[in-house]
Amino acid sequence: MGLRGGGTMRSSMADSLWNSGARARRRPAEGRDVPRLRFAAVSALRLVVIAFAVVAAPACFADRIGDMTETSVGEQALRFFTFRDESLRYALLGTILLGVNCGLLGGFIVVRKLSLMGDALSHAVLPGVAIGFLWNMTKDPVAIFVGATVAGLLGALTVTAITHTTKIKEDAALGMVLSGYFAVGYCITSMIGRLDTGNKAGIDHFLFGQAAAINRDDIILMGMVTALTLGCVAVFYKEFQVTSFDSAFARAIGFPTRLFHNGLMLLLAFSVVIALQAVGVVLVSAMLITPAASAYLLTDRLHRLLVLAAMFGVVTGAIGAFLSFLGSGLPTGPLMVLAASTVFALAFLFGPRHGVLMRWWRQRSRGHRVRRENTLKAVYQVLEGRGFKGESVTLLELAERRRETEDEARQQAAALVRHGLATRHGAGEHFVLTPEGWLRACEIVRNHRLWELYLTNAAHIAADHVHEDAERIEHVLGEDVVRQIERRLGYAETDPHGQPIPSMDDMRRGSGGLFGRDELQGYGRPT
Amino acid sequence: MNELIPPFDWQYVVVSTWTESGAYYGWMFLMGFLVAASCGLVGNYLILRRMALVGDAISHSVLPGLAVAFIVANLESGESDVGSVGHGVRSPMVMFLGALAAAVVTTIMIEVIHKKTRVKQDAAIGITFSSLFALGVVIISVFAGKAHIDTDCVLHGEITFVPDDLFVVIGGREIAPGPVVRMAAVTALTVLLITLFYKELLVSSFDSGLAASLGVNATVVHYGLMSWLSVVVVSAFEAVGAILVIAMLIIPGATASLLSQRLPWMLALSVVHAALSSLLGLHLAIWLECSVAAAMCVAGAALFGLVWFLSPSEGLIRRWVGRRRTTRGVEPAA
Repeated sequence: MGLRGGGTMRSSMADSLWNSGARARRRPAEGRDVPRLRFAAVSALRLVVIAFAVVAAPACFADRIGDMTETSVGEQALRFFTFRDESLRYALLGTILLGVNCGLLGGFIVVRKLSLMGDALSHAVLPGVAIGFLWNMTKDPVAIFVGATVAGLLGALTVTAITHTTKIKEDAALGMVLSGYFAVGYCITSMIGRLDTGNKAGIDHFLFGQAAAINRDDIILMGMVTALTLGCVAVFYKEFQVTSFDSAFARAIGFPTRLFHNGLMLLLAFSVVIALQAVGVVLVSAMLITPAASAYLLTDRLHRLLVLAAMFGVVTGAIGAFLSFLGSGLPTGPLMVLAASTVFALAFLFGPRHGVLMRWWRQRSRGHRVRRENTLKAVYQVLEGRGFKGESVTLLELAERRRETEDEARQQAAALVRHGLATRHGAGEHFVLTPEGWLRACEIVRNHRLWELYLTNAAHIAADHVHEDAERIEHVLGEDVVRQIERRLGYAETDPHGQPIPSMDDMRRGSGGLFGRDELQGYGRPT
Repeated sequence: MNELIPPFDWQYVVVSTWTESGAYYGWMFLMGFLVAASCGLVGNYLILRRMALVGDAISHSVLPGLAVAFIVANLESGESDVGSVGHGVRSPMVMFLGALAAAVVTTIMIEVIHKKTRVKQDAAIGITFSSLFALGVVIISVFAGKAHIDTDCVLHGEITFVPDDLFVVIGGREIAPGPVVRMAAVTALTVLLITLFYKELLVSSFDSGLAASLGVNATVVHYGLMSWLSVVVVSAFEAVGAILVIAMLIIPGATASLLSQRLPWMLALSVVHAALSSLLGLHLAIWLECSVAAAMCVAGAALFGLVWFLSPSEGLIRRWVGRRRTTRGVEPAA
């Protein structure tokens, strides 16, 4: 075991040990309700997050948009929620379909680290859109759809070809395809702009999106693509999952991984194309990445990630359509993206498991716990130093042991008292461990010494090198790991430095008879 | 189709460009060359550091910085029209500051998202640039009071307006159009900075361990490069816009990397690529009557394609021939 070596390995081991310990400690007490309860709490939090996003995002923009519209915001909002306009119904339906589609596929591309492939693909479709438009000089959805899909796939193939045949890395290849195809597309678009067919206005919408321009044909196309995506994901869920997370394994058991990769690219091209109308070329990738990344912060399971990403997609799509409708001139795409970014920011800050605030809080409370446990250990050592005679420890003794000032010792003792691990006596100058505190102190000292012994005996590390490691691991060793180590070491009684390892007997002695004991006699030690 | 693609007229497309309106097109060529050269020089380092897409991100996310700087500048000067970001800007300093701030914010945001969560770097880049770009678009469309954003300004720039811009007057003589002078200064500074910090950039790009042992602060180099990138991108913005600037950043360096393994040669070759692509692009645009900036990027991409096939060391043809030779050498023995 390379304990002196990689810090990451050590911490990951410590993590797993900690987790197993935590689980072991919780399981007998609360039974099987814990995961269910936690899941309920998490889903409740998710709902709160979503609700907050729905409420907060419009509020952020409302005043600014209010300046712009001629009709009042309330009136527009009323029109929105009564679904009176046909074009509004189409726009909303379109953005919702698009949210589902992009969310589902985004989940896969985020876990596959292909996020920027979506970006490259969305820019690469522009020449296809322009040529599709040229086909019969109208915004014929089918022609544009076919052209754009072909161009998108060509772009994806070019990226693969460049990375496979040259030393150019993927990021540069993506950047070149993205901008090169876009330049070709923009050349053709500017040439179309020269022709006076008077019908080119529609092509501008492909850059930033205008959900209001979505018509019935578009909706049918969107519906078909979404159905296709849903169908593919449902039928090939397992295959996609395996190829996404462990493609080597997938290849080994005979899955055609390249086929699935290309299939995913095809679906991606489809969904980029249908999203163009509403979000625009430039920002489609955000609709793929951001909802999925937000979901990725909230869950560890792929199926939940996909469902959440689709939900976020729908919510942000609807918010974008709503805001764009309120401020009649605002483009839909950027507003959808901002809504999605708001959701991401919320998940980033308040996510129950991976959120920054929660992580900070967990780290803080872990730090406090470690400090308390170190104090308990010091108290144990003070008691041990005088042969367990008497049970009260003065602040001075603690300060000496910890090599700290008396003030610091006072604070630490106060922390122990707050957590019910000790009681104060006298003028607060000395304190006595409660049964619980005694138990925990024994555990920590036992963990420390047991681990030192384990390192010297099983990992053959010199006895004067083991203290530092034990200082860290003593706080995270769980009961079942301790049992394993004890068994492995043949229930040894002393550590490498010759000091006794507290046994179960000691713990029981302390907790059972603590208060009945004569103060002078102390806990004593079994001989 | 004839309407769309005009017949190729050598006299009109190539000769008369230089004989009749040489001054006009000359400025356009020079501007294109300067933009592509300075972007290409910086881009070489982006490619070496696998940060090509951070360049992509910054080129998008300077937009809100520009928009805010523009509004601030116009509030000060009391003008009401803030509709045309990118054109007729009279306070380049404010613009540069806005863009610098935006670039630093982008770099920090990417790092925070990437380091503080389990979201990978690619997704972090995607989220950052798209939200900032969206923010910029919304700011412009709200404060510009227009129904539609001037997409040409934001996305593509317009190199055609360069010769019509105000000329910089020094000592009573008109020297060159303002944008060309600014771009020339930026290019000169880019060359100067690369010469001054050549060792630092080289070492920190290839071997961060060695860089640390030589006392080069990788963080400072990183942020310095990002800041300078933002300056270059902003100056290129008004000529080529947010997306085409990516082509200018990456394609010259990528082409050069297929032709040489040595950094000085790569830098030189990317400048050559910049000159060739802006010249070819200019003529392509005159022939097809399309956007000049886009045509320059198309020409650059085409040059890349050519090199990809023909490069003496890594070209597709070379690889193919080499493979055939290998197999032919193996067969008789087998």
